[in-house]
Amino acid sequence: MAETTAEDLKTTPLFERHTAAGGRMVPFGGYSLPVQYPCGIMTEHKWTREQAGLFDVSHMGPSFLVLNNPSGNADADHAAISAIIEPLISGDIAGLKPGQVRYTLLLNETGGVIDDLMVARSPKDAGTLYVVVNAGTKEGDFARIASAAGDRATLKRADDGALLALQGPEAVGVLASLIPGVVELGFMQHGSYEFEGETIIVARAGYTGEDGFELLCPAPFATKLWDALLADPRVKPIGLGARDSLRLEAGLPLYGHDLDETVSPIEADLGFAVSKRRREAADFPGASRILAERENGPSRKRVGLIVEGAPAREGAEILDEAGTVVGVVTSGGFAPSLGKAIAMGFVPPSLAVAGTKLQVSVRGRQQSAEVVATPFVPHRYFRKATSS
Amino acid sequence: MTTKFTPDHEYIRVEGTTGIVGITPYAQEALGDIVFVELPAVGKVLKKGTEAAVVESVKAASEIYAPVAGTVTEVNEALTGEPGLINSDPEAAGWIYKIAIADAAELDGLLDDAGYADLTK
Repeated sequence: MAETTAEDLKTTPLFERHTAAGGRMVPFGGYSLPVQYPCGIMTEHKWTREQAGLFDVSHMGPSFLVLNNPSGNADADHAAISAIIEPLISGDIAGLKPGQVRYTLLLNETGGVIDDLMVARSPKDAGTLYVVVNAGTKEGDFARIASAAGDRATLKRADDGALLALQGPEAVGVLASLIPGVVELGFMQHGSYEFEGETIIVARAGYTGEDGFELLCPAPFATKLWDALLADPRVKPIGLGARDSLRLEAGLPLYGHDLDETVSPIEADLGFAVSKRRREAADFPGASRILAERENGPSRKRVGLIVEGAPAREGAEILDEAGTVVGVVTSGGFAPSLGKAIAMGFVPPSLAVAGTKLQVSVRGRQQSAEVVATPFVPHRYFRKATSS
Repeated sequence: MTTKFTPDHEYIRVEGTTGIVGITPYAQEALGDIVFVELPAVGKVLKKGTEAAVVESVKAASEIYAPVAGTVTEVNEALTGEPGLINSDPEAAGWIYKIAIADAAELDGLLDDAGYADLTK
């Protein structure tokens, strides 16, 4: 059992809370974070699906992109700030309504994914976008966005604050007992709220497949917010282990595993993240490859697999029924909600149809696997019946 | 009846010429929730230190090595349906396999209770 020195790891404002609660700390994205608490990954996973799980995701990269010289006209300023970030990404940002959040992709010139990120239009500050990027890529992402902004806008990092995720069917009830206003948010909407004199940015989003929220607050206030949420008996702290099994069951790709700079959005089955307006304008990096793959099909496609027997982990080969290697698992493990092994990986499109029988190689042995539609466990996002 | 330990956290409980092999409470605690166990085939001949079984937690797979040389005589089939027995009762219901010990002298090279306690304190 390997021991890792914590010397050059950063800590989040909640580090002491994790260790006091018995969190087993591991290095992740340059930070020391809890992989699990004493009750274990299985219990934490199921608790999040049934109640509400609280995650410290402060290692991620929240930031604000702010127009330097706003005109005061909200629509014009939003158009101006959108014009700065859109050339880097696949999404329609100009079309966002105030408070709307969008999942989008930072692309390289050959249409590979540099990162997946959330971009949101501020509900009240014209010319301001809230941008959250992944931990492992944030330095590069921030540099890329700041460079594109030049002297037109300023990227204000907020990754010195704390980012918390509250996920699960009870999340809305728990959070609303502290901040009643959050009930007005639908899935993929955000707002800023006052709580005990502090401003907290709340987005109704997450990466577990459950209804839930991500909350950005100043570092000195983090423990107070953490404690206030945990005071509710419906809430337990949840580590990285369950965070990973939850997102895997939700069929959501993880950067650095299912996504990297060689993978296109079409291959990754993230075509929805290439917005219609952007496709028609063909004005994003790698547009020629991505549009051609959309038209003619990619050479490989991300699929979900149900695996019989031992879990097939990242790197396991995927074979067809005849035993020919046809792809590789990019993330896989055990699905606590399903009680069986699941995986995601890339295979040729002809083998990407649900119901296709394949095999995976685990420790040199071939096991049966079947392509299934994702998510493995249905999403339970809170979508408003009517838009306001 | 004596129990010996490897530095890799396997135990072997010796009953006559048979050894019952599993992982220690310390090891199951470190691995976390166990979700799958790959058992050896009965009749398989193992050398000391070779891979005998694989225990998988939610997060990762861990190899279980043979503490001594011998032949697998029985495996704990209950683990197929309930791998969590290793977590709940590693030293009794969560045993993994039994081995006919080829050379009892190899047991002398393993850790005793005190030695293992020293290793994990």
